[in-house]
Amino acid sequence: MTATPGPTSLRRTRSGRTIVADRVATGVLWALGVFVIVVLGAIIVHFIIASIGVVSFSFIFGDPSETELGGVGPLIWNSFYMLALTMAIAVPFGLLAGIYMAEYAGDNQVTSAIRFAEEAISSVPSIVVGLFGLIVFVNLTHWGFSALSGALALTMFNLPLMARLSEQALRAVPADERSASLALGATKWQSIRHVVLPLAIPGLVTGIILTSGRVFGEAAALIFTAGLATPTNYDYLNFNIFDPQSPWSPLRPATTLAVYIWKTNSEGLSQYAAQIGDGSSAILLAAVLVFNVAARFVSRRLTRRLTAA
Amino acid sequence: MTSGDQMDSASPADEQILAAIEAAPAVAPPRIVPGGPTTAATAIAGAATSQASAVKVSAQAVNISYGAKLAVRDVSLDVSERSILALIGPSGSGKSTFLRCFNRMNDLIPGARVDGQVQLDGEDLMHPEVSVVELRRRVGMVFQRPNPFPMSIYDNVAYGPRRRGNSNRADLDVLVERSLTRAALWDEVKDELKKSGLALSGGQQQRLCIARVLATEPEVILMDEPASALDPVSTLRIEELMRELREAYTIIIVTHNMQQAARVSDHTAFFNMGEDRAGYLVELGETATLFTKPQNQLTEDYVSGRFG
Repeated sequence: MTATPGPTSLRRTRSGRTIVADRVATGVLWALGVFVIVVLGAIIVHFIIASIGVVSFSFIFGDPSETELGGVGPLIWNSFYMLALTMAIAVPFGLLAGIYMAEYAGDNQVTSAIRFAEEAISSVPSIVVGLFGLIVFVNLTHWGFSALSGALALTMFNLPLMARLSEQALRAVPADERSASLALGATKWQSIRHVVLPLAIPGLVTGIILTSGRVFGEAAALIFTAGLATPTNYDYLNFNIFDPQSPWSPLRPATTLAVYIWKTNSEGLSQYAAQIGDGSSAILLAAVLVFNVAARFVSRRLTRRLTAA
Repeated sequence: MTSGDQMDSASPADEQILAAIEAAPAVAPPRIVPGGPTTAATAIAGAATSQASAVKVSAQAVNISYGAKLAVRDVSLDVSERSILALIGPSGSGKSTFLRCFNRMNDLIPGARVDGQVQLDGEDLMHPEVSVVELRRRVGMVFQRPNPFPMSIYDNVAYGPRRRGNSNRADLDVLVERSLTRAALWDEVKDELKKSGLALSGGQQQRLCIARVLATEPEVILMDEPASALDPVSTLRIEELMRELREAYTIIIVTHNMQQAARVSDHTAFFNMGEDRAGYLVELGETATLFTKPQNQLTEDYVSGRFG
């Protein structure tokens, strides 16, 4: 060994350059983080401020109007209705596909082609999905512009996304837990049902949140499928789903809030277009936030109940 | 040298075992087929009374390979009922792989292939009609890392019985208490059965895993280095527990710890990795003999700490 290390040797093990590099890296990452937060914060603050004076009880619950500010009640309803309809299709099928891909399908060229397709389809430009929906779900089916056509178009990219994210959530469950279950004489399905799925809940909920976020925000795919008609006079107590006048019917045009923002601001017919846009955006942001928080809350409760964690 | 040679040169008791191996397949009808748990149970009881130290599990000329790679070459050995067999040997000698052929956990590994005869009570457990679910109920397994489910202690223990359709709360209560008592964990957890199994210490978790296996009322328990992730005190508790369980169960344990093998097992099998990197059985014998008077130089070198 060389010279006896003095009492300060500990402080000299790292050269000045390493320390500088470390500080620069920390600084850059910190600055990028702050930048992202500031941009997000600015968007939120902008819409909060812009929506002051616009968002009121009558704006949230009232009917839209061509001559006045009007409200967005039926459009909020349609957004949630489309969300429920899309998720009712995408979640069960996506989850089952994910289970199949994670637990049953082998690792071969077919499954890797499927995985590639899932990722590719879920990132197809939504206007393309909208045109496809127009041909298949609107014209071919003779349904016309309808909530169901819109929901099916949204399913086009939500289903593969949900399948891919569920597969990843299931694969993230430690192999130990599966082995333990199988070694106790549980069947494969019992192991999935009682051990793997409960452990995958947080990941599955992330999948649901990511896919549903697209439903709230999607406009292009819905313009050609769910329609642009301005909805008024919804009778929410008409539960006859076969009556095209009923807001519960899937076979009626269903303009969502995001589509309405696009419509009012591109048509330029309403002099309140900017205010409607600001107010609707604030409501959209709030709706997404409420949905995410609620989903996390349910996820935590469910996980606790199923796993005693 | 194969285990067969040693069996031939062994005591009269071992010859009895040999006779039993030869007789068993002829008299025993297939019993692990689906839908026959009750007949299986009675047949086992009968076998146990008629033959004091009957062969419980046996492997004949077992080769295990992953794809083109041979992992275990030509292993033959028998384990008599209510005894502990320790599998020792250096890393890569195929001990764990070999252990997993007794509950067919190798089935889960894509490309894994087991050739040869593996028998439970004289019945070929590789037979295509064998239900692995029923097999794994009778041949339980404890893993290296304690792996309780993220559920309550109670639900962990009741997991196996519930999957077989036992949902009677009173039955389960009895079973849970009995299993935890046998696993020497009851006194520590009886007041907090609803607590998560993951909240226990490592040693307690491993005893919970043992209780979970006992609740399925197995006949054979495979243990894959069950104490290697535990502290010395917990290790001793597990070893004590194994000695107690030996009264009722047949146990095969893989261990890296030779003292542990010497302390707990009745018989020890020494595995080594061959030049082709496949594991093989070097020597099998009574534990005391194998550690004090090994017949093979390799065994002697290993047990005296000269390699491995």
